[in-house]
This record gives sequence, structure tokens and C-alpha cells, in this order.
Amino acid sequence: MSDLICKNLNMTFTNPQTGSKIEALKDINFSLKKGELLSVLGPSGCGKTTLLNMIAGFLNPTAGSMSLGGNLIEGPSVERGMVFQQGALFEWLTVSKNVDFGLRMKKTPKAEAKKLVDKWLNIVGLQGFGDTPTYQLSGGMQQRVALARCLVNDPDVILMDEPLGALDALTREKMQSLILELWKETGKTILIITHSVEEALLLGERLFVMAPRPGRIHKEYKLPFAEEGLTKPLREIKHDTRFGDVREEILSMIWDMEEEIMGGA
Amino acid sequence: MLSWVSEERAFIAAVVIILLLLCFTISIFIGVKQTAFREKDEVFGDPERTLGGWYWTITGVSSVLLLWFYFSWGIGRAFFPEAGNEMCQIAKLETAIAPITATLPINTRYFKSTTLTRRNSEQLEILLSSMPTSIFTKIEQSELIEIIENSKAIIGVFSNQKNQSKESVAFLKKISSDIRKLSAELRLGFDGYLPTKEALAQPNWGTTYIEIPLLPITSKGVLFDSISNQASIITKTFLKTRNNSDAGDTLIESTKKKISLLKATNKSSVFDEDILIRRKAYVKAVERIFKRLDDGTIFPPKAFDGLNYAVTDLFTAIDETKGGLKLIDTLFVPGAGVIKSRTQCTEQGSGRWLPKPTDVIASFLKLANPNIEAGGGYKGSTLFWWKWLPIADLIGFIIPDKIIDLLPGEYGRHSDTGNFQSNYKDNLLALAQGDIYLGSIPMLDGHIWDSVFRVLVALILGIGLGVPLGIYMGVSRFFKSFFDPIIELYRPVPPLAWAPLILTIFGINDDGKIFLLFMVAFAIMVISARTGASGTQLSKIRASHSLGASNRQILRYVILPNALPEILTGIRISIGVCWGTLVAAEMLAGTTGIGFIENVARVVSNYELIWVTILIMGLLGLAFDIMMRRIINKTIPWRGKG
Ligand SMILES: Nc1ncnc2c1ncn2[C@@H]1O[C@H](COP(=O)(O)OP(=O)(O)OP(=O)(O)O)[C@@H](O)[C@H]1O
Ligand SMILES: [Mg+2]
Repeated sequence: MSDLICKNLNMTFTNPQTGSKIEALKDINFSLKKGELLSVLGPSGCGKTTLLNMIAGFLNPTAGSMSLGGNLIEGPSVERGMVFQQGALFEWLTVSKNVDFGLRMKKTPKAEAKKLVDKWLNIVGLQGFGDTPTYQLSGGMQQRVALARCLVNDPDVILMDEPLGALDALTREKMQSLILELWKETGKTILIITHSVEEALLLGERLFVMAPRPGRIHKEYKLPFAEEGLTKPLREIKHDTRFGDVREEILSMIWDMEEEIMGGA
Repeated sequence: MLSWVSEERAFIAAVVIILLLLCFTISIFIGVKQTAFREKDEVFGDPERTLGGWYWTITGVSSVLLLWFYFSWGIGRAFFPEAGNEMCQIAKLETAIAPITATLPINTRYFKSTTLTRRNSEQLEILLSSMPTSIFTKIEQSELIEIIENSKAIIGVFSNQKNQSKESVAFLKKISSDIRKLSAELRLGFDGYLPTKEALAQPNWGTTYIEIPLLPITSKGVLFDSISNQASIITKTFLKTRNNSDAGDTLIESTKKKISLLKATNKSSVFDEDILIRRKAYVKAVERIFKRLDDGTIFPPKAFDGLNYAVTDLFTAIDETKGGLKLIDTLFVPGAGVIKSRTQCTEQGSGRWLPKPTDVIASFLKLANPNIEAGGGYKGSTLFWWKWLPIADLIGFIIPDKIIDLLPGEYGRHSDTGNFQSNYKDNLLALAQGDIYLGSIPMLDGHIWDSVFRVLVALILGIGLGVPLGIYMGVSRFFKSFFDPIIELYRPVPPLAWAPLILTIFGINDDGKIFLLFMVAFAIMVISARTGASGTQLSKIRASHSLGASNRQILRYVILPNALPEILTGIRISIGVCWGTLVAAEMLAGTTGIGFIENVARVVSNYELIWVTILIMGLLGLAFDIMMRRIINKTIPWRGKG
């Protein structure tokens, strides 16, 4: 019921000094049903972050509209949780205080809040780390805290901008499984931006490949790998020949786009 | 106990110095060993190399203290407590014969007669060659030339052996033999000379305001003292000795007449004002040199040979009799040594302005004594103590009287019967003026507290107003642009440049100083809070928006803690700058505070007190800074790790 719908989204940035205009996004149209997992891929500068920021409510589109569950999106809200590339954790708070942040802002009763925090720390695998200061955590653990902090607020949509970009390969794979697990268990709508084609294939029921200048959705895929990832080990999926074929196709598509940018520049 | 410590400070210093020497040598020994031990496994430039090394700290501190003891003559006084007194007796002797020494080539290169002859002859030549011929008649000119030639002739007469009076020859002979007797007496040694009871009862070196006891307390000192008494009698005779001769007297008389004649013509003749002034000036110059010659202080070249020999020998005798004192003087008493002025012996050299560590401590203990009647404290206030503060005073200080005036109703009037019944407004006024006794609370008191209190109040006001404004300036275009020019215009002015104005407006009491310090703290706090607030990462702010925080919650729970490191650093800087400004402001005006003490000490040249206040200021400043560093490390362990 609570679908995310984007209609004719346009975003044009104007450089205040030179007055030159950049069409970051042009005529974006899509809708995302509740519980869908969407990954977005595209060459650098094609407007992925801009799109995400608009859905989160940090930016207003120059034209077009977005709605979630029938309500127009006009600013940031608890319904749309956000996970940043680098945690954006509050380093002056402990792990549980970070997770607790949204609940405290809502003035949730203490006992109830504590139960929720503990539950989510368990789910993301951080039981026992509640009193650790966040600056003492590793990068992977910090992203787990960021996930828990977002999920404890029970948002309808979770937006992630390269959430695993700063992690090493092994931690990354573990986090990918975690995201799939969370997706299945919570049934949340998840929109995830990534630079890695493999990750986009693994973490997307649907996958948008975006193209730059102006930023638009170039091609859409429907993929079975996320569903499979819930039951099979991720490494096995990666060795699947179908997986390899799609990967090669998308890679050469993005390669061509990059060529075009370089040639045009 | 305290008075024992005070009187025995030389002994205590000796113990401390020995301990310091031990610390110094042992720590160097450990340091060298440790360095050799670590040499193998450390790379040059490794920052770890600078960690630890307490032994070098001890070496540094003890060498500074030893240097202090040395240059303040502390070592000399500690180990040779009688040396100062003995040097004082020798200084007495040297002062007693100083007028004789001054005529001889002992501390100078020439006999005084030679110097006088040379200088006067040269000046006479100059006068002769620069005579202004246009303003004197031919006759006057020849008169002037004759006066100058006469003056030269007088020098010649005095310098001639044949003209020296028999009387003066005999006098000089007698003086020389008397001085030789003194030398002989010195060489006999000081056995049998005993100090008087009165002398032994004198306070020790440096324990009272009289620096060095004046009466001799050792046999050697008694000897020098008695010789110096005889020497001053000899000197008196010497000062009366004149080189008079008949030839000289006639020349002097005739020249005197010529000069007065010339002066008389200056009076009678009618001259131009300008020319008159020039004539008078020239005649006066000639007369001045003549007057230097007519008192018989120039002697023939060989006249002082005997005296010179006798005095030189006396100094040799002094040196011989000094014995070990000479070594002490050169090794442990840097500077000119002890000097005898008219009524007392004083230390000349670094010991004069660099008080001995023990004296500084004694001075501090006296200052720190909370019992003012017993001479403690300074200028009617303790250094750091407590007192009962009436609560009414506090209320009277906080509530302005004017507020009561604004209340509805009128103040009471006297009734027909002449009674006065106070109404509620009168009662409130009494409260606001601090006239109602409400009990007392214990409160800190004293010069240090006064200084600290001023800084504290100014800091609290500066933080309380500066941090919120700074944070708003960090997030709001209006606040930033509106307040930026105001603060940036007054901030670069050195705080002390504001002092004269602010002390005039607010008065020299606490208000003015607190306001001055408040200005300092406020600007620093605004700028640091603003830097901290505007440095908040955008992603953190966006995250908190997505987590449902309101704007106020974001200010309180995200921007404020994010700015905390900068705010605490700002507080640390504020404390330092406020402390420095306060002390200077207290030196400008005021009646209490550390800076006030130093200012008074400066006026009365009390170097010990000046050093005490400097040390108190430095130590308090250091204590504040260490405290702030602790607080910073405790409250923001995440600093630099976010
Ligand atoms: N605040 C802004 N002002 C002006 N131009 C902007 C602004 N934000 C983004 N842009 C421009 O819009 C375009 C899209 O930027 P965006 O950050 O969305 O790219 P992206 O796809 O997220 O790139 P990357 O993969 O490198 O993160 C870029 O050309 C960028 O220069
Ligand atoms: Mg991006």
C-alpha cells in the first residue's frame, strides 16, 4: 500500500558564480512497491546521490513530485531512514545511545526504548557493545550501528548511499548477507546505491542503471539473485553463469557510458 | 617553629642545596645510562623518544634551582653565613680610604693631579683659540689672554717640586707612615680580637630588613672594623691637605683681580643685549677653569710617591689578611660584592634583584599567614583564606535598588505624630540595599581569591552568553552577519587598550575588571563556539533530520556536542588570556589582587615580593591549564577520532 512513487522528477543545479546549469536529473519516473529491494548503479556523477537526497527530503526537485503511501514528500521524515557511506554516527555517544537517538527525540519511554535498542543490537550482531564509544568500533561495526539506528525508528523506506563502499571485501560480503536478511525479516522497502556491479546484482530485486548528462534511468533489470541469496551462500551465486552474463552486460554498458563522457569532454 | 625556620634559613638552604646537588648528579647518571641503553632500539626522530624521561626533568629543575641559589648568593650565604659580615667590614675599610685611593693610580690609570693638569691645560688652550674677538676691545682681549696665561702659570707653579709647601710635604709623609702602620697592624693577624656581645646579638644575614649585620661578628671582622675606624681619621686629615705656596698665592690673587675688573666693565658699559650675554658667557668659562685651580689640589708629579706605595701595600695587606674569604668572594658571590653605603652594607650584583630562594619562601609564608594582626597578608587582606559573608551583602549586590523604585505604591512617610512606619516598599528597599541581617555563609577571601573570583565571574558570563551566540552564529545567517562585524571590530584590540576606558566607566572595583575580562572571554567563546558549530558535518545533520529530530533538538543534541571540543579549547584559551589581562588590569588600578600586590611591591622596590607574586601567578596559571587539559581529556575522548 505504501508505495514510493516518483513522477517526472527533474533536478537542475545552477552554479551561483557562473550561472551555468547542470541537469543532474531529467524526467525520472518509477514506482517502488512496499517491500521491494532496488539497487541503483551508474557512472560517477549521474545523479544517484541527488536522487536519494530528494527522496530523503534533503533536496527539493525543480520539477515533478514524489509520494510515499499517497503522501507528498516535502522534507526529511522518520518514514524514510537514511544510511550514509560513512556512518555519520554521533561520536560523543555510545553505541546504544546512537541507536537510541531517534527514540529519544520522540520521547519514547525509557524501558520500551531500551528493549527496542537491545533487540536491534542483537539483530545486527552487536550484542554486548552497547556501552562502547562508537569511535572505538571498526568500519563494519559502525555501519551495523548506522543500520540499527535507522531501523529502530521503524521507517517505511530505507535509503542507503554506498553503505558498504568503505569496507574491505570480506566485511562487505558479511554486510551484504546482513542486508538481505534484514530485508527478508522486516519486509521494508530498500533503495540502495552502489558502485559495485556485483553488489548491485546481489542486493537488487530490481536494478536501475543510470546514465549521465542529463541523469536518467538508462535501463531496468529484474533479477532473481537477491531472493536466492536468502537461502544460498553469496559466493555460490556469484559463480552462477547467469550472474556472470548479466554482470558482463552491465559492465560493458557502463564502460561505454564512461567512454562517451571522456570522448565528449 | 616558623621563627626557627626563618632564622635558620641559611642552614636549611645548605641542606636543600646538598640534596639538589645529589638529585642533579644522580639524575644525570641515570639519564646517561638510560640513553645508552635505548640507543640500540630507537630510530632518530621517533616521537616515542620524547616520551618519559623523568630523570632529565629532575636534572633540569635541579639545575635551574642551583643556578637560582648561586646567582642569588644563596649558596654563599648557606655555607658561609659569616662571609657577608666580614665582607662588610672590608667594605668599611675600603670606603674609609676611598678619598685617598681616588687621588692615586690604583683603581684608575693616572694620578689625579696628572688628570687635572691635563684636562685644565687642554681646556685653557681651547678657550684661547676660540676667543670671540669681535665682542671684546683690544685691551680686554689682552687682559683675557693674560688671565689664561696666568692660569697656565698656576698649573706650572703647583706642579713644581720646589714650590711645594713644607707643611704639605710633612703632612703627606705623616699620612703615609700612618697608613703603613695600618698595614703592619693588619699583618699581625686577628688573634685576640673579639666581637662584642652587642654584635653577636644581631640578627643573621638576611633575616630582617637589614640585609647584612653591620657590627663585626668574627675576629677577622673586628680587626678590619678597627682598622677602618683609624683609616677614616687619616682620611679626614688627608682631605684637609692643600698644596699652598707663596708663588702660587700671589699669582692667584692678581688673576682674581683681573677677572673681577673684567666683570665690572661688563656691568657698566652699554652693550647690545645679545653681545652682553656672549661676553658674560666667555668670561664665566675662563673663570670656571681658574676656580678649579685656586684650591691647591694639584701636586707635583712625585709628591704622592710615598703615599702611593703605602696605600698599594695596604691593599696587599688586606688581600693577605682576607685569606679564604677571597676564594668565597670570587666563587660564590657573583657580582661586585658587598658595598658599604652611609648606614648599611648591601649586596651588589645579581643578589640585589634576585632574592634567595629561602627568602622568597619566607616572604611567601609571611604573605600567606592569614593572621593579619600578626603581620600576615598584605595591605589589610589575606593571601588566600575564608571569612563569614553576610547573605544580605550578597542579595544587596545582586538586586539593583532601582528595581524597587519601579514597584507600584510609594515609599512611606512620617506620620503626624512624627513616627515612621515602614511599608512593604521600604522593607524591600532595605533588603535590596543589604540592610537586613539574614545570617552569614562562609566564603573564600584574600588577594588570590579576589583575582580568581574576577576571572571566574567573567568566564561564567563569557561562556553563558558567548557559547549560545556563537552556536547561533554558526547556524544562522542573521546571527552571523549581524554580530560578526561588532565582535570582529572590538576583538583585535588588545584588552589592555580597553582598560583605561572601561575602568573609567565601571570604576576601579570588581565591576570594571570583570567587564574587561568578560569582553575578552566573550569574544573567544563566540568565535570558538561558532567554529565548532559551523564545522558540523552535513551528513550528521541530515541523519538527525531523518531520525526525526526537531531543529531545537538538533541544536541541543548534535550541534552543541559537536562544538564541544572547540568550546573547551576556547575556555582554555580564555582562562589564559583573562588571567594575563587581569593581572595587568590590577596593576593599573585596584586595592586587592595578585597584580595589586606586585604593583605595590614594584613601587617600594621589594624584589622578594615581586618574585613571590610572579611565582604565584605562574603556578596558578599552570594549575588552571592542567585542570583544563584534564577536563578536556575526560569530557571529549572522541576528539580527532570522529
Ligand atoms: N549541490 C550541488 N550543486 C551543484 N551541482 C551539484 C550539487 N550536487 C550535485 N551536483 C552535480 O550533480 C551531478 C550529480 O551528482 P551526484 O552527487 O548525484 O552524482 P553521483 O551519481 O552520486 O556520483 P558518485 O557516484 O560519484 O557519488 C554532478 O554533476 C554534480 O556535479
Ligand atoms: Mg554519490
